[in-house]
Amino acid sequence: MILSTQTVYVFIGLITLIGSIFTFFDKQNLRRWTTGMFYLLYAVTLISGHWIPPFYIGLMVIGIVLLAGLQMVKTGSYGEASVQERLMNRNRFGNKLFLPALLIPILTVLGVEWIGHLRIAGRLFYDPSNVTMVALAVATFIALLVGLGITRSNPITSLRESRRLLESIGWAAVLPQMLATLGTLFNSAGVGDVVAKLLHHVIPSNSLFWAVFAYCVSMALFTMIMGNAFAAFPVMTAGIAIPFIIQHFGIQADRIAAIGMFAGYCGTLMTPMAANFNIVPATLLDLKNKYQVIKVQWPTAVILLAVNIALMYSVARI
Amino acid sequence: MVLIGVAVVMVGFFIRLNPLLVVTIAGIVTGFLAHQSLYNILTQFGTAFETNRYMAIFIATLPIIGLLERFGLREQAERLIAKIRAATTGRILILYMLLRELTAALGITAIGGAAQTVRPLIAPMAEGAAEARIGHMDEDTRQEIRAHSAASDNIGLFFGEDIFIAVGAVLLMKGFFDQNHIHATPIDMGLWAIPTALAVFILHSIRLILFDKKLARKFASNIDQTSSTVHGKEVEL
Repeated sequence: MILSTQTVYVFIGLITLIGSIFTFFDKQNLRRWTTGMFYLLYAVTLISGHWIPPFYIGLMVIGIVLLAGLQMVKTGSYGEASVQERLMNRNRFGNKLFLPALLIPILTVLGVEWIGHLRIAGRLFYDPSNVTMVALAVATFIALLVGLGITRSNPITSLRESRRLLESIGWAAVLPQMLATLGTLFNSAGVGDVVAKLLHHVIPSNSLFWAVFAYCVSMALFTMIMGNAFAAFPVMTAGIAIPFIIQHFGIQADRIAAIGMFAGYCGTLMTPMAANFNIVPATLLDLKNKYQVIKVQWPTAVILLAVNIALMYSVARI
Repeated sequence: MVLIGVAVVMVGFFIRLNPLLVVTIAGIVTGFLAHQSLYNILTQFGTAFETNRYMAIFIATLPIIGLLERFGLREQAERLIAKIRAATTGRILILYMLLRELTAALGITAIGGAAQTVRPLIAPMAEGAAEARIGHMDEDTRQEIRAHSAASDNIGLFFGEDIFIAVGAVLLMKGFFDQNHIHATPIDMGLWAIPTALAVFILHSIRLILFDKKLARKFASNIDQTSSTVHGKEVEL
């Protein structure tokens, strides 16, 4: 392929790396050395994760965690535009500002649906292992060029602005990757199997309703632990749905699979472990309470979990 | 024994330790309990961290979003929506959730997201609509509107996704059942996802309409407060 995922990692790594250099020179930041180091280490893992042996990446990860955990990552000064400047600029550019913003989703979709399948001299244009990601990165890059053209700004300005945004997210930016890592460790230690075995003892084997109830609730709970319904699905479906629902009552897998997965998504809405959906957006939106997105989501999640249980039960009975 | 790692996570989050620290400690504890060497654990950390780099893709959107913000994108989004009289916070978010759910059902999941749509466009629009109606907003209301914007994005995305049969969840389920020698067909699995997808749309729309009502009550109490003073137009960002 012409554009690989590795190219994308180098792209986002460079954005992070250049930001960290600004940080090292940011005299307003009382912790500029440790803060800069945090983003520098992160940039290195992004750019060269491919080439450095995993053990050393692991060491860098520990470094990243310690810098953040010991409160040594702080925000600095970013020379952001004042309210007056933003209002003046808005009047200058008006709705033209929407063009680059809308280009991102449009170009991403075009990339996934069309360019992703293109071949040039027999080579795929985008990396088939993650077309969406490559398409999104290309879309943001083109949108950036258009944005720089419209506003007649220097690329340095946009890198300063990306540093401002990234540092406002701070350590939460690294959290999704760390949680996924923990999920892997939980898996290799067999946490899921233990949970499924425990549940075996509790579920009455001849009641369809309680089997459905246990499956849906444990999907939600285990998703909350793992932060990811995809990790919970194989464990809970093998542990509960297959023996107690599919085999015992002879119910078609097709009918309950999606609802089971959705029960897991209800868990995703309620857990800080799904940091990329719940915590990173909270920091991106400058929310004071990092759990506020979860706070807004949980009523929907709980009611929907009940709806899912009722649905699965009635679908199974049809 | 391996559940101790899970307990560490729960306690850590509960006492609000830095989540990165909590997760790392839980990982190391779980590794040790599974009789792994420190070298092994760190290698696993490194490997998993590397394979999950795709989660950092939002960083790619930051240069352009940051630039546009500098030039007033959010203010422009607020102003644009304030002109549309029918726009309310709830209606905007319902429409966005619907779009997100429908596009996700067609397999287009990258169309939205906190970094590329919610922060620069949807949240400012939702705030702008409220501001056009209730005038000056207190910080808590603003934060709540933003949190609702992020929630609409998540909910629309999650529950549309499983209808689409060619990627992600449905393929994972199909693969899992194949491994267990259980017959499953992607089309049917996608079909049985539709009732939940409808239910969540109705359910969350009701909650957003109720949220609109709550904002309207704020509006009513704001009128009472400001009617005695001179009514001035405020520019609040």
